[in-house]
Amino acid sequence: MEFAELIKTPRADNVVLHRPFYLAVEGTLCLTGHHLIFSSRRQDNAEELWLLHSNIDSIEKRFVGSLGTIIIKCKDLRIIQLDIPGMEECLNIASSIEALSTLDSVTLMYPFFYRPMFEIIEDGWRSFLPDQEFELLSSVTDEWRLSCINKEFSVCPSYPPVVIVPKSIDDEALRKVAMFRHGSRFPVLSYYHKKNGMVMMRSSQPLTGTNGRRCKEDEKLINATLRPGKRGYIIDTRSLNVAQQARAKGGGFEQEAHYPQWRRIHKCIERFNILQESLIKLVEACNDQSHNMDRWLSKLEASNWLTHIKEILTAACLAAQCIDREGASVLVHGTEGTDSTLQVTSLAQIILDPRCRTIRGFESLVVREWLQAGHPFQQRCAQSAYSNSKQKWEAPVFLLFLDCVWQILRQFPCSFEFNEQFLIMLFEHAYASQFGTFLGNNENERSKLKLLQKTMSLWSWVNRSEELSKFQNPLFEANSLVIWPSVAPQSLQLWEGVFLRWNRPSKFLDEAHEEMISIIKYNKELQAKVNALRRQLAEMETDDRMQENL
Amino acid sequence: ILHHHIAAVEKLPLTTSGCPLVIQCKNFRIVHFVVPRERDCHDIYNSLLQLSRTAKYEELYAFSYNPKQNESEQVKGWQLIDLAEEYKRMGVPNSNWQLSDANRDYKICETYPKELYVPRTASKPIIVGSSKFRSKGRFPVLSYYHKNKEAAICRCSQPLSGFSARCLEDEHMLQAISKANPSNRYMYVMDTRPKLNAMANRAAGKGYENEDNYSNIRFQFVGIENIHVMRSSLQKLLEVSGTKGLSVNDFLSGLENSGWLRHIKAVLDAAVFLVKAIAVESASVLVHCSDGWDRTSQVCSLGALLLDSYYRTIRGFMVLIEKDWISFGHKFSDRCCQLDGDPKEISPVFTQFLESVWNLTEQFPQAFEYNEAFLLQIHEHVHSCQFGNFLGNCQKEREELKLKEKTYSLWPFLLDEQKRYQNPLYNPDFSPELTLLEPNTVSFNFKFWRNMYHQFDRSMHPRQSVFNLIMNMSEQNKQLEQDIKELEAKIKQRNGQSDAFPVKEHQQPAHPAPLALKTPPCFKKEQPLIPVNDAVRTIEGSNAADNRYSEFVTEYSKAEPAVVSLEYGVARMTC
Repeated sequence: MEFAELIKTPRADNVVLHRPFYLAVEGTLCLTGHHLIFSSRRQDNAEELWLLHSNIDSIEKRFVGSLGTIIIKCKDLRIIQLDIPGMEECLNIASSIEALSTLDSVTLMYPFFYRPMFEIIEDGWRSFLPDQEFELLSSVTDEWRLSCINKEFSVCPSYPPVVIVPKSIDDEALRKVAMFRHGSRFPVLSYYHKKNGMVMMRSSQPLTGTNGRRCKEDEKLINATLRPGKRGYIIDTRSLNVAQQARAKGGGFEQEAHYPQWRRIHKCIERFNILQESLIKLVEACNDQSHNMDRWLSKLEASNWLTHIKEILTAACLAAQCIDREGASVLVHGTEGTDSTLQVTSLAQIILDPRCRTIRGFESLVVREWLQAGHPFQQRCAQSAYSNSKQKWEAPVFLLFLDCVWQILRQFPCSFEFNEQFLIMLFEHAYASQFGTFLGNNENERSKLKLLQKTMSLWSWVNRSEELSKFQNPLFEANSLVIWPSVAPQSLQLWEGVFLRWNRPSKFLDEAHEEMISIIKYNKELQAKVNALRRQLAEMETDDRMQENL
Repeated sequence: ILHHHIAAVEKLPLTTSGCPLVIQCKNFRIVHFVVPRERDCHDIYNSLLQLSRTAKYEELYAFSYNPKQNESEQVKGWQLIDLAEEYKRMGVPNSNWQLSDANRDYKICETYPKELYVPRTASKPIIVGSSKFRSKGRFPVLSYYHKNKEAAICRCSQPLSGFSARCLEDEHMLQAISKANPSNRYMYVMDTRPKLNAMANRAAGKGYENEDNYSNIRFQFVGIENIHVMRSSLQKLLEVSGTKGLSVNDFLSGLENSGWLRHIKAVLDAAVFLVKAIAVESASVLVHCSDGWDRTSQVCSLGALLLDSYYRTIRGFMVLIEKDWISFGHKFSDRCCQLDGDPKEISPVFTQFLESVWNLTEQFPQAFEYNEAFLLQIHEHVHSCQFGNFLGNCQKEREELKLKEKTYSLWPFLLDEQKRYQNPLYNPDFSPELTLLEPNTVSFNFKFWRNMYHQFDRSMHPRQSVFNLIMNMSEQNKQLEQDIKELEAKIKQRNGQSDAFPVKEHQQPAHPAPLALKTPPCFKKEQPLIPVNDAVRTIEGSNAADNRYSEFVTEYSKAEPAVVSLEYGVARMTC
């Protein structure tokens, strides 16, 4: 298929662009296969806006006489308005945008056409390989092994080709365990806590069904992670009720009788459409400037967004607490083990592991615990807050995770190497990107799409020093401690950088931020200068002394 | 805990470990004690009740507080803020405005200061007539004069208009105010009350200006609720914030039901309306509510703060409080319950003013010389009764109490420790004189002021404070600049006299310690709000058990409560 077939009108003149808090600009609108490009003609105020079609969440059109208006709502939550003279042109452009922003084939997406304009120093596709991760692990413990059981994605379609499992469990046993777990997601290692050797594993629900099936290998596998005489915790991200209901559909949970050394804790984290609706309601509330205080607060409350944040953070803190404070190993799962499970395991690592609070460590965490672990990005991020069509699989699971990270970052502003912009950038790229990193739903699909060969990795771009400098937190000072965030409602805040980003002028806040950075920079310069001068003085002194001795 | 800070003491039912005692403070601290013996608890309870309720001004802390200042320092302290100087700074007296001596002996209005500025064309009979037509004699006087626009903020109380009464002198008075503004003929009259309340007042012979009787006025209601609504709103807010283990939705709906942020927004919206009239239309504005000492003070002072960058400096803010709150008779004693009095007179009007200012500092991080700690410290001392500034209800009362001789002024103490209150991001160039701030008052800009209402709940605050860090850093930068100068001088000196006998140099540590900002004894607090040392980077106190992630915590790791010793025996502190 040619994109040209979809573009009915490639260009329109005298288009007026409206954005909140900016003056309206007149210019020319162009449509290409992947971009909507608006450029103002005026010499003194040359401005260009490039918008990926895949970033467009929904489009509305209105007519007043022959003047058409298109309102474009983006997945990054921005809303722009284009006034296009001429009804036919406007209709053509609207339908072209609609078609181009809802392409159903992944291989037509921009990452397959994008040619980087920068020099690639490091191939991001090879930056975070499981082997490297295992190497780090084997330097501290020899109780684990790398299993290639899933090499052809034959055992578990949503797992990567290699996984880390207890050494004492062979591949044959793993196959049996896979039969006993939803979607074949058998328990694998998620995190090893160096401080006390405790581990966090993740899986999907066990398929116990109504008649309480059991699987000896499964019990053996997870017991293999326990120290003699020690107990472990299973954190089920569903409420007990939901977990019990799951039995009717063949799912279920670990029964005490069969797992006597494990204590099960249920923490209710919502899923799918509940989260999607929460996002839609929240964004709707944030976008309405006319709300009076009571209405705003009740809308904020009704969105339940901050409740979800609190639930997720609480579960993650609990997992971290079990590992660090109780000295126990933990298994985390929900139903499929691809959503709430990953939120909990990845946030727990941010709390526990200082490495995850560095830029590279966080990237590695996203790769391990989200991309390789099989979070279905393509399904979850197909639509954002402005979607009209009720599709079943969208959910802002990853955005919630980023929001939780932001909450911790806000409470520990010196403990992270990255800043808020880094998190916002990841949010944007998860929903629409020129890079292939977030395409596909799991490693299996990614390998079929040949993303490694055909597209560029986000990390290749981010990890260049030009880009990195934008994402570095000037206050960062590495600390090796466990950081326990507060989950009290008074401590949780709306993530303004994402949800109010397009709804209020941020000039004063940005300027203040710049001032802050310049104070820090100046401080560093001064310190360097003082140290240099001291050295100089000390050298002069020793010279003098030597002369004296002569 | 200062006895004056105690707002309420409550004895809870006996438990196995002892008798719980809950103390609620005016600075929103809540302390739980468990006293092992019930008798002791009862004794403590009664003593606290008596100690926290003072009947006479002379028994307040300020009269016994002795900061080791000599007399001249004390006098100087009281002279620090000079309102006559302040009016001069604004540009009055001038050809349109003059100082009136009508209230020299508090004859016309007991709750006004002696020095009042009125339009030149307002003669004494007009003033006297107008004051008789205004509740409590609080006739229209100047609160702020905008040099560039030649427009004024004036304040007064409600007219005694009833349903139809009018007063020619009062009408002349208003006309004089609008004539004193050469750039605009009409003036705004802002009634800060909700229309219904104002109408209800008419039945009691009070009310609001009838536009038909006054020429060239534009009348506007702005709907700020009265002190009773505000008091119960704060009560509801405190009930919410005092509940442990709240869910997000309980908290948000509690916040909504309390109406607190709605009231803050109403106050700020009113100030924005006032500022627009002056800055955009160059029109003078007369502000009043019922008696003109609560809502009027809020709106006038916030309006001036938005209009004039001077009030965004540390000294300017003190002046603003002296002028619009203290001198114009905001009833601090009644509103803050300094003496055992009518509980219906208590209201957090001044707290709301501080909170509005805090919201502005959040929106304009570089516009204010002072920081949050400054606002919190002022709030602390409005209730502490440690200094004389906020005692009493009006200037006349303060003179009778001889406060200037018997007590000390707060301001010199705050200025002494100015460094703690400085905003490191403050940029004086950001707002040259008379630069207007235009706050965004869309609801989502208003936030719950955690550092005010949970100042003492450490576990709720960020464990690392960017603000403190930057404050230390900019302090350190000054020190480093100094060091560089010294070092450069030494090197220069050495180069100059390289043949001279080498002087043994004292090697300084590589990183000079940040200036230790010592807290004077009078500001002793268990927990300094801003720990000014390198410890801000550490994250001690970040504790899994603090945060109650799960019921499971109590089962496995019960936190041992800290033990504090009390005069009456040993009590276990469980807060």
